[in-house]
Amino acid sequence: MGVGIQVTNLNAWYGTNHTLLDINLHIPANQATALIGPSGCGKSTFVRCLNRMHETNPIAKVSGSVQIGEVDIYADASPVEIRRRIGMVFQRPNPFPTMSIYDNVASGLRLNGFRNRRVLDETVERSLKHAALWDEVKNDLKKKSGASLSGGQQQRLCIARALAVDPEVLLMDEPASALDPVSTAKIEDLIFQLKSQYTIVIVTHNMQQAARVAERTGFFLNGKLVEFDSTHKIFTNPGDKRTEDYITGRFG
Amino acid sequence: MTQTKFSAANRFRRTVVNHLASGLAVLSTILVVAPLIAIFIYLLYKGASSLNLAFFTQAPKPVGESGGGMANAILGSGILLIIGSLLGVPIGIAAGIFLAEYGRGSKLANIVRFTADVLNGVPSIVMGIAIYSLIVLPQKHFSALSGGIALGIMMIPTITRTTEEMLLMVPHAVREAALGLGVPTWRAVLSITLRTASPGVITGCMLAFARVAGETAPLLFTAFGNNFWSANLNEPIAALPLQIYVYALSPYDEWHRLAWAGSLVLIVLIVVSVSLVRYVTTRGVLKGAS
Repeated sequence: MGVGIQVTNLNAWYGTNHTLLDINLHIPANQATALIGPSGCGKSTFVRCLNRMHETNPIAKVSGSVQIGEVDIYADASPVEIRRRIGMVFQRPNPFPTMSIYDNVASGLRLNGFRNRRVLDETVERSLKHAALWDEVKNDLKKKSGASLSGGQQQRLCIARALAVDPEVLLMDEPASALDPVSTAKIEDLIFQLKSQYTIVIVTHNMQQAARVAERTGFFLNGKLVEFDSTHKIFTNPGDKRTEDYITGRFG
Repeated sequence: MTQTKFSAANRFRRTVVNHLASGLAVLSTILVVAPLIAIFIYLLYKGASSLNLAFFTQAPKPVGESGGGMANAILGSGILLIIGSLLGVPIGIAAGIFLAEYGRGSKLANIVRFTADVLNGVPSIVMGIAIYSLIVLPQKHFSALSGGIALGIMMIPTITRTTEEMLLMVPHAVREAALGLGVPTWRAVLSITLRTASPGVITGCMLAFARVAGETAPLLFTAFGNNFWSANLNEPIAALPLQIYVYALSPYDEWHRLAWAGSLVLIVLIVVSVSLVRYVTTRGVLKGAS
């Protein structure tokens, strides 16, 4: 089951560049929450703060608190534990190139020392089915490299890989921006199905996409969260002039 | 402007330049490969006739007696190279991992990288003398171990630098994918980044191996050579390049012929072992893996 995320006074820096300023919001459990905004507004940095990927960059810094369920991820846990509970799908599909499809999906469990063959087999099958990829790859699971799939399939493979470690939250950083419309539609269908079991946070450039998949939408601009409300409200009756300007295409 | 751009004269010029460039590439390839083939043919011509079963099964006979072989030197070279690889490969790869994954941009990394480059340029005879004064003199005897260590140290810089280069070529996205799964950094480096870079890293190891396999100078004052069977790491040991060196400088025709045969065997053994490693390590590569 998914859990809610409470973000309080979150600030983030790259070197001296202050990229996130005092972000406060609550992301509800088992819903999809979309983050929109122009390039460089801080939305990617924000999701990377939610699973402590931000700090993998040596010049990055962060302050404030992020509570996922009962856990304050910056105070109570190591980054490694946090990232197991919070899966991430990146902008460009990034399967492990030397691994088979099966090994890609199993990698999260295996690299954390899990070896039971039967459970691995089951997990791989369940995750690939969840990611709507099973029927397309079930015959070459161990024969083909993950890198030999098409872009859209690779991205679903990456989703399956993230689901295999059984996270509570799934972060998606523009998961469809490198994909064609058919693959994009498949990813969106998937988000629809997955949100009954996971809390989903999706960063997107595509406002229609946000409107289609998300219950709630946040609008970022210049490192600030300008507005956060139900998707319906944001797209039909935004409270802030800047949100309205962005939605109606006056900038960005 | 656009008129002249697509004119017949321009098209002709482009075709000529294109063929010229391809021609140069082919010519360079021939220039690179030709000496290798020439050496090999010459070795076959000079050495093949002296190859027989005794060459591969017997130690050298004393001066004046005919026959004998280099079996002890083949064994010795094998032992020296195993010691060298056991030392050079792990240290070289570990240092490469440090440079690419942990020390990037740090002062220590710059020092390590500089040291490796200097070490790469140290003449092999100097390496021999260094190991002689560090290990042979205190021990007061030549030994297989000291020879193997000399070869191992010579392997390190090549392996370190190729490992670093190959790791840096692994896309950042692959590292992020591993970290994003909650994999500890050390595990991500070993199981993901290094594994992705492994074809290049193995090439680096093979280059270093092939280079030291033919080295004579670092063995002159360390392994020293031995005319009898020995597999004792604490005693002087024979090695193919050493044996070739001694035989080639000798005044006896019989020994000259054996030296040619030894050279041929050395080259063939290097080619076989490198190909074998390559075959074994690429067997499991999957369809479509990049």
